[in-house]
Amino acid sequence: MHEMALAEGILQVLEERASTDAYARVRKVWLEIGPLACVEPQALRFSFDVVASGTLAEGADLEIVQTEARAWCLPCAQSVAIAQRFDACPRCGGHQLQVTSGEQLRIKELEVD
Amino acid sequence: MCTVCGCGQGEARLETTEQGKTGHKPGEHGHVHTHAHSHADGTMHTHAHEHHHQHARAGGHAHDHSHDHGHRHDHAPGVIDYGRGPARAHAPGLSQARMLQIEQDILAKNDAFAAANRARFEAHGILALNVVSSPGSGKTTLLTETIRALKANRDVAVIEGDQQTSNDADRIRAAGASAIQINTGKGCHLDGHMIGHAVDHLQPKDGSVLFIENVGNLVCPAAFDLGEAHRVVVLSVTEGEDKPLKYPDMFHTADLLLLSKVDLLPHLDFDVEACVANARRINRRIKVLPVSAKTGEGMEAWIAWLDAARMLAFPARVERSAAMPGS
Repeated sequence: MHEMALAEGILQVLEERASTDAYARVRKVWLEIGPLACVEPQALRFSFDVVASGTLAEGADLEIVQTEARAWCLPCAQSVAIAQRFDACPRCGGHQLQVTSGEQLRIKELEVD
Repeated sequence: MCTVCGCGQGEARLETTEQGKTGHKPGEHGHVHTHAHSHADGTMHTHAHEHHHQHARAGGHAHDHSHDHGHRHDHAPGVIDYGRGPARAHAPGLSQARMLQIEQDILAKNDAFAAANRARFEAHGILALNVVSSPGSGKTTLLTETIRALKANRDVAVIEGDQQTSNDADRIRAAGASAIQINTGKGCHLDGHMIGHAVDHLQPKDGSVLFIENVGNLVCPAAFDLGEAHRVVVLSVTEGEDKPLKYPDMFHTADLLLLSKVDLLPHLDFDVEACVANARRINRRIKVLPVSAKTGEGMEAWIAWLDAARMLAFPARVERSAAMPGS
């Protein structure tokens, strides 16, 4: 449900940058979202369409780049790929994992004119 | 920091490529380099960053690279690369559309408010706790009992978050603490900005304990830092022991799990050990305290945890007040 708040956050960034970067329309937004960022891409797209209507970003495409989540396994002393927080280490089956990436929630790039 | 292996400055972050792919060994290289650029308006800046390149050279020069910057672009001109058209290639003049690399965190705004709140709490010796749970876990009852136990020795203030009504703030005031209610309306969580305003109005005393009772919701509040010293998640034994697995983000970000309503355990099939094991699968550092606001079981340990948290956060302040007779 807080995808709506995130969509508003994205729009705010776009509006703030419009004067400093001198653009009038946003065509496309590249977002980097980690699988552990607690964001549902479908819900975010829907919310963004709603909040962007009537603004400089109306009709803009959201390009969501899903990144990989990784964790450091203490017993294996190795970096492993995970899908969810409670996943076991794919090598040793243990849970002594420290999540090292996968929480990104960033606006990477814009296509504007 | 190096994104290939995580070596270099700061915390270990191991992301992107595997070591084998690049033949890269930790510590044998320096990816971070410093360079200066000039912007369209003539401003110059120098910064250090690391980057990854992918070149596709076929006569021409199309290249794509991603930067991992060690700083935030909050200067006015931003990063404008006129050489990058919509095809993401060096082809200036083909289209009016242009690419802007902005690398901005979506939650950066909230995080800035949270950082301001945190600085304010630290300056005034206020121990702020973000109390989160699903609706009906007994947060407010637990808080009213906590206030009764604490109020002889400490000032306690409470920020109550709910979609509607000020019922909870009324209950807190009746227990003897100052309280302010935030009605989030259609919102599902409190954010850093709301807390800043609430603190302006509430004016908690220096050295007090500030409880922020978040909206009953195990999903959304996880993503929003409020500037708290600790996040405390309340889980009642009338819920399932697999809740930490169902709502991992919330349990992952919490420092303490209060297992509430434990006086009901004899009447339930709730497996405390399984619940704690599930919570530790998500967050191996989480502390767990079983409590009952009704019988008082575990309340002493919870108060001791609060004192310890306060001692760790503000050692000088706690020593000073302990030295004062009668305080």
